[in-house]
Amino acid sequence: MKVSLNRRILDRNEQCAAQNRAFFAERGVLCVNVISSPGSGKTTLLSRTVADLGAQLRMGVIEGDIKTDTDARKIRAAGARAVQIETEGACHLSAVQVAEALRALDAADLDVVFIENVGNLVCPSAFDLGEDLRVVVLSVPEGDDKPIKYPGTFAGADIVLVNKVDLLEHVAFDLDRVRTDVHKVNPDAPILAVSALKGTGMTDWYDWLHGRKASRQASPNRLESHEGKTNHGD
Amino acid sequence: MHETAVAQSVIETILAEMRKIDRRPVAARISCGQFNALNDEVMRFAFEVAAQDTPCRGMRLEIRHVPLQARCEGCGRAFAFNIQEACCPACGSEAFAFLPDAPLLLEEIEFEDESNDEGVSEQADPGS
Repeated sequence: MKVSLNRRILDRNEQCAAQNRAFFAERGVLCVNVISSPGSGKTTLLSRTVADLGAQLRMGVIEGDIKTDTDARKIRAAGARAVQIETEGACHLSAVQVAEALRALDAADLDVVFIENVGNLVCPSAFDLGEDLRVVVLSVPEGDDKPIKYPGTFAGADIVLVNKVDLLEHVAFDLDRVRTDVHKVNPDAPILAVSALKGTGMTDWYDWLHGRKASRQASPNRLESHEGKTNHGD
Repeated sequence: MHETAVAQSVIETILAEMRKIDRRPVAARISCGQFNALNDEVMRFAFEVAAQDTPCRGMRLEIRHVPLQARCEGCGRAFAFNIQEACCPACGSEAFAFLPDAPLLLEEIEFEDESNDEGVSEQADPGS
């Protein structure tokens, strides 16, 4: 006998993500999920961001890694609260892990919570964490073919940061190809060229972040959020 | 490897359904879209591993891939999106909007027809 279910497989994660989303909305916290390959410079990007914007925004960072609390220590050294999640082998963060980390971070009085996901361009995009915004970081040494190879991740991005542009002169990397390929799957996504290490282009990123934070404050429950463009379909 | 999390969730749901009707599960059909696509080989392996030591061991797994649909803003035609050729197959326009990608779904579970006389035991499951 056959039983027809048509049940969403990750529904438990999605229920927990909805609770996280409600937490952010009630407290006016902007939550930003940062996704990229390992080594693209997420931690450097966030360290510089919390150091540069620390006087204007109260920020906290949830760090996801398979092992070590190295990244959380770097963030604390840059002047922000940080909680490390060690996934012990899992290749992505799940909403329940984020819910626990939010308590540890004491996040209710923050303006912005960044979630640095586990370095991986595939799996994190399938797991809604309840974030408002999804940032995808692509670094120049990885190559300009990543958007076409990992369209699901780029399709879910609210913004794409091309990092390590200080290496453009040394690496065969076509920024126009990245723009074209990202816009095939995500026509409205802004694409910013930055070097988190050198500081290039970071002002554009900060302006975008401030703009989204202002939208959150103007209409706390109606931020045009990642919820509407989730990769799981509706 | 989100296939591992998908497999564990599918097994949990199958076991919960199995308890309701007390029959042994023999097959399941899941489906995915394009942006959340599953790799068939990895998914089957993850399912096999997650099914070990549960009554789901040995189940058949069918994986259905649902194409991503887009609608041309020029001629209005809906078409299956192909990233290598990202334009409307009818009029060639590159202006189109995606329809929602198919979600990850557990569509159907098949149980054996005859109820197991001894009921379905989960004693082999160390997690229960």
